Amino acid sequence: MTVQQAAARLGWTEFHLADPERRVSGGYAGDLLSWVMGRAGQDCAWFTIMSNQNVAAVALMADVACVVLTEGVRPDADLLRRAGEKGVNLLGTAEDTFTAAVRLARALEE
Amino acid sequence: MTPADLAAMCALAGLDIVALTDHNTCGNCAAFCRAAQARGLLALAGMELCTQEDIHVVCLFPDPETAGRFEAEAVAPRLSPIPNDPEIFGRQILMDQEDGVLGEDPRLLAMGAQIALEEVPGLVRAYGGAAFPAHIDRPSFSLLGVLGLWDPGLDFPVAELSRACPPDFARRPDLAGLRFVTDSDAHYLDQVWDAQYTMDLPERTARAVLDWLGAR
Repeated sequence: MTVQQAAARLGWTEFHLADPERRVSGGYAGDLLSWVMGRAGQDCAWFTIMSNQNVAAVALMADVACVVLTEGVRPDADLLRRAGEKGVNLLGTAEDTFTAAVRLARALEE
Repeated sequence: MTPADLAAMCALAGLDIVALTDHNTCGNCAAFCRAAQARGLLALAGMELCTQEDIHVVCLFPDPETAGRFEAEAVAPRLSPIPNDPEIFGRQILMDQEDGVLGEDPRLLAMGAQIALEEVPGLVRAYGGAAFPAHIDRPSFSLLGVLGLWDPGLDFPVAELSRACPPDFARRPDLAGLRFVTDSDAHYLDQVWDAQYTMDLPERTARAVLDWLGAR
């Protein structure tokens, strides 16, 4: 499933879609940036409530497919700018992290 | 922002006591302290330690040598093994007091060290230093942002409030009895403020500053 397909299917808001065709093959949930960076898998969708500019840097370092801000969190201006500059797929949902992750997992299993 | 430029800007701003606190390193402190001392400033060496909880804590030490030992012994072994990517986090240049380039730090300094917040006061005190949680009024990388409430068991007698902190913030009930400091937290030269805060010290030494910050 591509990031764009996942976004359409799960109703994610598109804050910045740099690479819509990027493949999503799993998910990771976490808010401690240093923890996420060493553990989030390549090509996963990363669910977090953090919205500062280091989120874009961690997304690049971990090479995740996209970042999904949960709980209705919106990116701050620095994060939006950084995602644009660095080409990070940045999405959002009003759902809590658990619900959003479960729905992605179900969609990936189908 | 380079060590000599920063020292010059601090002198221009009329500051008296200054400190360099890069993320998870004291690598440029010797250069900065020498440059600042040459301009008559009282300069402390330090770092803004990022803990494993993504909480920033300002750690200050009596001199660059002690700060360097703290970094090498207490922090460096617990940094992320992932190297820095200058394309993403920027270059981490080491300089001398005249801004001559000495080298580049290859480690990933922007991410948290595997050090628990509760360890920090004791670790820093063991090197004769003082530590206080940074910008606790801000949502990101702050003690209150991550933990939600002030925990008096953590043994921090002082906390830092940011410049933008609302005036009534310090009256939160959980902050009762704490002392506060505000500093520029300058990341760029134009964020160095004119002198506007004072400390009542018995003498103009790094030791007196650290004792003031560490007094319980």
